[in-house]
This record gives sequence, structure tokens and C-alpha cells, in this order.
Amino acid sequence: MTVLHTVNKSPFEKDSLDTCIAHALDGSTVLLIEDGVYAATRGTVVEPRVRDAMQRMNFYVLANDCKARGLGEDTLIDGIGRVDYGGFVDLVTGHDSVQSWL
Amino acid sequence: MSAGPRKKLMYLNRRAPGGTIYAVEGLEVVLIGAAFDQDVCMAFVGDGVYQLKAGQDTSDSGVKNFSPAYRALGDYDVNRLYVERESLEERGLGVDDLMPLTWEDEDDDWAEKPSIHVVDRAELARLIDAQDVVFNF
Amino acid sequence: MKIGLLVNEGPYQHQAADTAFQFAQAAIEKGHEVFRVFFYHDGVNNGTRLATPPQDDRHIQRRWTALAEAHGVDLVVCVAAAQRRGICDPDEAKRNGKDADNIAPGFRISGLGQLVEAAIECDRLVTFGD
Repeated sequence: MTVLHTVNKSPFEKDSLDTCIAHALDGSTVLLIEDGVYAATRGTVVEPRVRDAMQRMNFYVLANDCKARGLGEDTLIDGIGRVDYGGFVDLVTGHDSVQSWL
Repeated sequence: MSAGPRKKLMYLNRRAPGGTIYAVEGLEVVLIGAAFDQDVCMAFVGDGVYQLKAGQDTSDSGVKNFSPAYRALGDYDVNRLYVERESLEERGLGVDDLMPLTWEDEDDDWAEKPSIHVVDRAELARLIDAQDVVFNF
Repeated sequence: MKIGLLVNEGPYQHQAADTAFQFAQAAIEKGHEVFRVFFYHDGVNNGTRLATPPQDDRHIQRRWTALAEAHGVDLVVCVAAAQRRGICDPDEAKRNGKDADNIAPGFRISGLGQLVEAAIECDRLVTFGD
């Protein structure tokens, strides 16, 4: 089984991202959406945790939510994939199940 | 009620019972879902472990106490309640602080067995990974 | 693929209803079947036709209604959650002695079994919430 995990909370407000990372198996995919996309930016206290998790999981952000929040592509951690809503759909259908860390 | 193969459904609870409605409305899904004869379990992670805290009494706060409903789960054949060990420990709790939930095993002369299984985080991660559907409440 | 959606938050208050809508639209564009959108918790508030958002903003309820009309998406509002929050159709209004109903076109009120059924019938269930 490969699971798509989604996180929609700012890592500065809720522990959803940390809980997700702690429960996602190696080889899983994490998609950051809504306020979850703030975790994808460089230069935050969260960045080392995200980079560490990226060693064993694939990370994506919903580009639409980045753009809406003024987070340009150049502000994101290298290696995080960017998808639009269609890409979100492809990630859902390309994994065996979806776990939403609300 | 469904003709296809049974699916593995997990109800994953990460919220405390009192502050929002998610826990009680989540429990309503579990009880209704029991009629569908699927392979069902529940998991309690983070503040979700507080849902199972013994001694909940809302009589002085003017809201309905739904915690007794967890005792009915065994009668609905929902008898695998996985509680994350680390979440308990982080909150200064042990299994003795939780409601003693049980179920009767009809294949074992109706022996009363505990429904709560304390599992560590790594085991819970594997359980989540093995599900067909995870409901989050 | 057959995809089910669960929407747990009301419109405007939280982005969940917007994300769910955009996802549903993208899934349909890619040729997938959106089997059902189930509205639970405060998500039932997506289904009132009485909302009047500012004219220069999106109209979340009408967007759902249009999706149902164009693509036959089954929009189901949980009856128990709806009763708590004052969302009702003509039958529910009559049964509970209410002087009005407010369910929007394209939505229907039904039980939680519809959510569990969607989880079982669909290839994927995607949850949008807070």
C-alpha cells in the first residue's frame, strides 16, 4: 500500500504536519494544501523537519494555495513538487488511499 | 449490507471530546457504519485519547455526556480500539485512566475481552497504512 | 475512478468547501466519477439556499448546485448534523413542525449510511475539513 497524506494546517499553529510525518511510512507521499503550504517555505524553523522527512517521503504543495498566499516558487524548499488541482487528483488516484491530517 | 468484499475501515480520532463536536459526531458514524459489516477499527491519537478518559461527567457544564456511548461499541462489534502509547504518555495517562471498554466474544463462550489495545506509534503507522479507508474525526 | 468526497466545514468559514469543490471539478475534468459529496459536521451549511454572499465573491452553494446539475453529482447532507444546525428540506420541515425549509437545489438530506456506503463503493474517499 502507498498512502497519500494531506496536511492542511500551518505547522506553526497545529501539530498536524508533525503527526503526519510521525505516522507516514517510508515511501509515502505528503501533499501540503491550504495553510499547510507554509511548511514548504525556506528559512523557517520547520524547514529542517521537512527536509529530514523528505529523505524518506515525497513532498508536494498545492501551487494554487501557494500563489494565493504570496509564496512564489522561489521561496519553496528545493525538491518539493508543485501540483494544481488536477495534479492533486492524480496524486489521489495514484495512491492506494488518502489520509487527511486535519 | 454491501455485496462486495469487506473493506478495512479505520476511524481515526485526534480530538478531545468536549471542545468541539467532532468526537461525538464521529462516534455517530461508527455506530451507523457498524451495520455495513466491514472490517472496522478505531484509533485514538493525540488529544483523541482524551475521548476514552474515565470519569467524564458533564452534569455541571450543561452539555450532553456522550462518553457512555463508547461502552456500546462492543455490542456493535466494534471491538478493536487502538490507543497510541506515546499519545497517552505525553499526556501523563496510562491505560488505567481510560474507560474499561470490553466486548463479548461469541466464538469463545461469550468471554468478556478488552476492546482497548495500546499500540506504539510505529505499529499505528502500519495500521493506518493497511486501511482501505480512514475517516478522520 | 469512482471518487467520494467528505466535506466537514461550512462555506466561507474554512477553505475546506473551496478545496473540495476545486478538487471535484478537476476530477470530473479528468474523466473520473465523483460518486457523491457528503456534507457532515458544519459542512451541512453548504446546503442552505439562503446564503447571500457579497456579489463580488464566489457563491459556494450555487457552485455546488451547478456541479450537481451539470454532472449529476450526488450532494448529500447528513440528516442528523443538519437537524442540529437548522438545515431542512420540505419533508424534514413538516416532520419537525418548522415553518420553512432551506435546502438548496441539487442537495438532498439523508443518513450517515450514505457516507459509509460511499466509502465502501468508491475507489477513493477524500476528506476536506478543519
